[in-house]
Amino acid sequence: MTAAWAPRLGRGARLGFDHVRRVPVVLFPEGVLLLNDTARAVLEWCDGSRSIGEIVEGLAERYTDVREAEVLGLLGELADRGIVTGAVRG
Amino acid sequence: MTAPPLGLLAELTHRCPLHCPYCSNPVDLVPRSGELDTEQWRSVFTQARDLGVLQVHLSGGEPLARRDLPALVGHASGLGCYVNLVTSGLGLTEERMADLAACGVEHVQLSVQAADPLLAKRIAGVDAFERKRAAAAAVHAAGLPLTVNVVLHRGNLDQVGAIIALAEELGADRLELANTQYYGWALRNRDALMPTRAQLDAAEPVVRAARERLAGRMAVIYVVADYQDRYPKPCMHGWGARQLTVAPDGTVLPCPAAEVITTLSFDRVTTRPLAEIWYESSSFDAYRGESWMRDPCRGCDRRAVDFGGCRCQAFLLTGSAANTDPVCSLSPHHHLVREAAAPVATPPYLMRELPVIR
Repeated sequence: MTAAWAPRLGRGARLGFDHVRRVPVVLFPEGVLLLNDTARAVLEWCDGSRSIGEIVEGLAERYTDVREAEVLGLLGELADRGIVTGAVRG
Repeated sequence: MTAPPLGLLAELTHRCPLHCPYCSNPVDLVPRSGELDTEQWRSVFTQARDLGVLQVHLSGGEPLARRDLPALVGHASGLGCYVNLVTSGLGLTEERMADLAACGVEHVQLSVQAADPLLAKRIAGVDAFERKRAAAAAVHAAGLPLTVNVVLHRGNLDQVGAIIALAEELGADRLELANTQYYGWALRNRDALMPTRAQLDAAEPVVRAARERLAGRMAVIYVVADYQDRYPKPCMHGWGARQLTVAPDGTVLPCPAAEVITTLSFDRVTTRPLAEIWYESSSFDAYRGESWMRDPCRGCDRRAVDFGGCRCQAFLLTGSAANTDPVCSLSPHHHLVREAAAPVATPPYLMRELPVIR
């Protein structure tokens, strides 16, 4: 996975908000992940139209201390679990 | 401190058109007359969501046997839960699937018994093979992701390659290859179902190669045969930790097989609020945390990794649910598993009988 990769949520995955725990979540076939605000912000931008590089730039305008390596790490983990998917845009 | 649960396995009914010899349902099935009604299930889902449940698995038996399934799906989905349908596919027509998807089913798990019709019929006890294709097509027509689930055992492990090819043909997004877990009917059929070491050794590279070849297209999940493992599985990620099961009659269980532990008494949703059962009942408290552990678990470095394994298996094989799961090579009862893992004969299947239809 590189910064040129354009991620989107995998088939059957969707973002939600759990009003019981008061945390954002991502729900997908057979599983749930409770998200922190950073992870939610990253996933909200994963629509298949933006590259990871563009997502990092966009996040950096809103949040301080956004590191590309961390975003790549997070998306790599989520891709391994099928929660995000995508391809190099070109 | 006890965290709220994430998942609910709702066993809507024990009625099922299949008679698989490894059925995970208890040996004593709940008859139709004992099932919770529509309002009671709605209340279960509402209470579960209030408690923190986000994933609802509608299972059985065969959940399609419930005529109120669309209403139940609609209710769980309306609460914000992610709704999985766990089905044999029998009766899942395109029309019915479209209706269930409109009500809120987001993912379907379809069981497949074997890669060819003859063996599939021998395992399921009915001719269901072609109907699996129809069911998979209906899931695709509804635009939903599909998981194919195959229970592996001595009878079908040799065709694992063909099973993977079939799952591809069915257009599965995920394939779960799950070696048999020995509870309920499966324990009764253990000698007939137990794979040989040679079969497992042959299957492993086939699965590994398929996983690499299919990366990005179809996820291949392989659940190992725990009898052949050195350490036990981290059963349910710990007792009463993440998920609960509600049986057809409303009995609330920390794990789907827990009713085999006859030294515990389990509450029902008809007599006690779900939150109270999760946080305060003796059955859910019994094996939470580590204070219940005996040797060798008590001082073991792995106790936070596998939580001592499976309480049900410990009870069934050693007579005490607080013992170390005898699958563990450190268990003083491990010889019981070693002996069972090498049966000398292949008896015929004892098929699951039909529950009484009333």
